[in-house]
Amino acid sequence: MKYLLLLYVDPAKEPAQNTPELGAYLGGFYAASQKMVADGALIAGEGLGPVETATSLRIRGGKVETMDGPFAETREHLGGFYLIDVPDLDAALAYAASLPTAPLGTVEVRPVMIYDDASGA
Amino acid sequence: MTTQAALEAVLRQDRGRLLAALIARCRDFSLAEEALQEAALSALTLWQRGTPANPTAWLLRVASRKAIDRLRHGQRGALVRETLERLSQFEGDAPEDIPDDRLRLIFTCCHPALEPKSQVALTLRTVCGLTTADIARAFLDAEPTMGQRLSRAKAKIAKAGIPFAVPGPEVWADRLDAVLTTAYLIFTTGYSAGPDEPRDLCAEAIFLTRLVNHLRPAEAEVEGALALMLLTHARRAARHGAGATIPPAAQDRSLWDARHVEEGRALLQSAFARRRPGPFQIKAAIADCHMADPGPDWPQITALYDVLWRMEPTPVVALNRAVALAETGDAAAALALVDSLSGVLADYQPFHAARAALLARMGRLAESHAAYDLAIRDAATAQDAAFLILARQKLPSGGQS
Repeated sequence: MKYLLLLYVDPAKEPAQNTPELGAYLGGFYAASQKMVADGALIAGEGLGPVETATSLRIRGGKVETMDGPFAETREHLGGFYLIDVPDLDAALAYAASLPTAPLGTVEVRPVMIYDDASGA
Repeated sequence: MTTQAALEAVLRQDRGRLLAALIARCRDFSLAEEALQEAALSALTLWQRGTPANPTAWLLRVASRKAIDRLRHGQRGALVRETLERLSQFEGDAPEDIPDDRLRLIFTCCHPALEPKSQVALTLRTVCGLTTADIARAFLDAEPTMGQRLSRAKAKIAKAGIPFAVPGPEVWADRLDAVLTTAYLIFTTGYSAGPDEPRDLCAEAIFLTRLVNHLRPAEAEVEGALALMLLTHARRAARHGAGATIPPAAQDRSLWDARHVEEGRALLQSAFARRRPGPFQIKAAIADCHMADPGPDWPQITALYDVLWRMEPTPVVALNRAVALAETGDAAAALALVDSLSGVLADYQPFHAARAALLARMGRLAESHAAYDLAIRDAATAQDAAFLILARQKLPSGGQS
């Protein structure tokens, strides 16, 4: 099954630039990614630009509304994602627990919709 | 025996096992339940010519066919093909020995990706075989509400890919704890429901924990949880008198179930010998100390709460430790500890009950009276309220505020 791991974290809790903690933090993501690659589980994964760079768009009454900022104003922001292909939720949760986001913020694990299965649609 | 009675006997004994075997192959709780239901309906007609030699294997074979029929009529796809292959294993000659997949079923029902209340409901429905109506009544929910909860849980298992599996060693301790916590939640729900409920959830929880202990023997915490339930359950006949709750120290010991006490103590010994302590074992040891001869061993209970506090530093453990400390004679220190919890436990009924008793001991009667009022107002059962009303009546007249 495919799962999207959504990495939410309060940027104020992340290590600052030019600190040794930042190296360890990024190294944690690198190690987790390497494991996903070695296991043949990783489909894609990226870190996102800071929330200040987000632009949100919607169409209301046929009119495009473009707004500065993220979809939801929360303390924890979506900071990155992994798309993985693993046998089941337990395997996905094990990768989620291996990410440096887990002790700092929250990792939301969402299955990707299955269209060829009656029970999954 | 009528066909109906024969069928009911088989299902009472083997429903959980049949469901587990079916779910293991179709990976779909609802489909498995519907297929088993249809097989049972067929049995009512077909068994009138004679009950099959192995009724459980018959039900598994017919239910597998029903599930296959339903799948063939539904959508096609790779997942359906795989499922059909697994089910066809039972379609011809079902094995005489049906594989026991109940441990996998229990771990799936108690998966932490499900809400705790859904874990409890799903376990009672599938492993223990309670009806949705029984479960709804136990949790004071409307039946449709409980039905929706069960449907949502089953759908989440299917769509989120919760595996039908016994977890591996890296998450074993946490996941086993989730199973035992669910079992204990079932037990405490039955315990606080009092003696008048038609369906005994305490007995269901003991059945479930016994089953885990049978399917995965030699786990210290499983033995501890089972010991805790048996020792608590042993006092069932003694814990109410004249409509009021009676604390263990004041109970008529001749009413304790000696068989349960003996089994609980033996399990606790066995668990401790494994040298893998855990909170359920400590709680069972505390329950055992409450039943010491001639009365509760309060210094030992206090020491055990110290150990428990290191494992579970929660306000409730702190409160219980303070109550035990008061019984060793240090009421002033106990009251200071209890008062320090007033912020976090203001909405916890046992906090007010404990505080009322401590204030009475210290001679602060007006305050004790007020604390009893709060405890009586929020008492979980009429029997608990009656016990507290009696205690309040026994306060010297200075207690009238």
